[in-house]
Amino acid sequence: MSDITANTPIHGSSAPRDAPMATTGPIAWLRANLFSGWLSTAVTLLLGYLIVRAVVGIVDWAFINAIWSVPLSPTGVAQTQVCRDLQGAGACWAVVTEKHRFMLFGTYPYEQHWRPAIVCLLFIGLYIVSAMRRFWNWTLVPIWIVTLTAIGILMWGGVLGLPYVPQERWGGLPITLILATFGLAFAFPLSILVALGRRSSLPAIKVLCVVYVELIRGVPLISLLFMASVMFPLFLPEGMNIDKLLRAQIAIILFAGAYLAEVVRGGLQALPKGQYEAADAMGLSYWQKTGLIILPQALRLVIPPLVNTFIGFFKDTSLVLIIGIFDLLTAGKTAIVEPAWQGFGVEVYVFVGLIYLCFCFAMSKYSQGLEAELNRHRRR
Amino acid sequence: MSAAIETPGVHVASSVRTDAPPAIVLDKVNKWYGAMHVLRDVDLQVALGERVVVCGPSGSGKSTMIRCINRLETHQEGHILVDGIELSDDLRALDAIRRDVGMVFQSFNLFPHLTILENCTLAPIWVRKMPKKHAEELAMEYLTRVRIPEQAKKYPGQLSGGQQQRVAIARALCMKPKIMLFDEPTSALDPEMIKEVLDTMVMLAAEGMTMICVTHEMGFARQVADRVVFMDRGEIVESGTPDAVFNDPKTERLKLFLSQILRGH
Repeated sequence: MSDITANTPIHGSSAPRDAPMATTGPIAWLRANLFSGWLSTAVTLLLGYLIVRAVVGIVDWAFINAIWSVPLSPTGVAQTQVCRDLQGAGACWAVVTEKHRFMLFGTYPYEQHWRPAIVCLLFIGLYIVSAMRRFWNWTLVPIWIVTLTAIGILMWGGVLGLPYVPQERWGGLPITLILATFGLAFAFPLSILVALGRRSSLPAIKVLCVVYVELIRGVPLISLLFMASVMFPLFLPEGMNIDKLLRAQIAIILFAGAYLAEVVRGGLQALPKGQYEAADAMGLSYWQKTGLIILPQALRLVIPPLVNTFIGFFKDTSLVLIIGIFDLLTAGKTAIVEPAWQGFGVEVYVFVGLIYLCFCFAMSKYSQGLEAELNRHRRR
Repeated sequence: MSAAIETPGVHVASSVRTDAPPAIVLDKVNKWYGAMHVLRDVDLQVALGERVVVCGPSGSGKSTMIRCINRLETHQEGHILVDGIELSDDLRALDAIRRDVGMVFQSFNLFPHLTILENCTLAPIWVRKMPKKHAEELAMEYLTRVRIPEQAKKYPGQLSGGQQQRVAIARALCMKPKIMLFDEPTSALDPEMIKEVLDTMVMLAAEGMTMICVTHEMGFARQVADRVVFMDRGEIVESGTPDAVFNDPKTERLKLFLSQILRGH
């Protein structure tokens, strides 16, 4: 102690200073980072050239040389010869113009397409409302129940003068949204229970949760879907049949639940032991402690990996194609089976990919905002 | 700290109630971590209104002992009675005990996602089923007593260590406990913040709270303790008034410990 005091000047303790200036304008930044020497200049110019070439190429293909529609022959077959003449120099967006209804809604009766269209809008509305913190209370429960009932009525029909549409004819975007929404809405609470169960002091519950997670994680989703679609009906009594979509849905819930459980458990483990002890010492019950102290902190910690898993599962719903369910991707694939449109896969996949991108990007952006908002307390 | 030993503050008047049944009884308590015997035949009786300071080298079992009193740790042999209720696997009895025993930790353990006020009102609202408004008034009253009412809307991360520990004390007091346990409340604090926390504890002692405090703050022990208990290797080695224990140690172990404490400061 005394050494430090002796060497520290007592007088002249200066007033706090501002941090030194960090930025010096865009020109100086360019010079320092892109053109600091001949090698750096050469690399900058080379990469700049490649970027410009690529952008020009994409713009040429996607917009300038692209064909947006093709005429129909008198028999109603699209005349795609113009597109084929381009030989890949331009995109044939005509396939999207022509086939977008099939890609979005699959084999759903054509004149009834307004029903799945409303369903998609309802889902999007549901996501937006659920994302708003203003609605994070019990009002969300009736909102979900009403919306999902409306979705069920619209898809199936058979009441209110809507013609009945069997589930086998559903397809496209509504299937993807149904699988993803129900999948995550059920898998997330399930995963929390499993994660808590895995840390339980009751051996039976703990073993059950460990076995569930390890078993489900140990097999590919595809094999689970096969089991759900082929093996599971064998175990049911004669005459009893569970809808194929529901079986796939359950497989997805179980699969996602196991993965999310491990993410949630990571959050539970990251919490200091003192938080559990402080809650115990206050006399909070197990569920009070879990609901008020542990989960609010643990879930905030794992928002990034949680959303990562959510996004992964949103896209994994496309695997249901192997058991013959027409989700968005399968519908897109099927749209180009028709001879006239064969060979225009790139345009279709770009279109389908953009739809997936919209949903996944929205999730990603939303989670970033949520993370910043919920971790306010960590800011000084 | 040696200065504090030489010139202790005015001793807080004793409030021991010998007429009432003891607040805490530990009867031949034993505990093992695996093969390690961490509590050996610990006997301790704390009367209502009594203030006991527990000291001893690290690893002597003093923290484990007070954590057994609200069952953050379980003992394997012997009996612990708190307020006449025996600690056992009976969860209802445990809840009753935890409602009446407040605890302050070395690392504060405030809930970082809740504001100071919410930290204080949580247990009264959920455990005591107090109306929110009433709980908030009570919390503000205690925050005023620990002299930080102006921080009520902030989050724990925005406060200094000393302030956080005072909030932790207020949070425990909001449950209107009959007994307060302090587990090295000043050990994680910077030196300049120790005093503000000790002052708060002295205030509490002066009000007649039954307290068990694990601490090495000898000045505090002299000022408030009715009894000092010295533990080593899981046993209670000596116990008596602060004067008797600090000025006239009987055992070599206590003499060694005191010399180390004094040298350390």
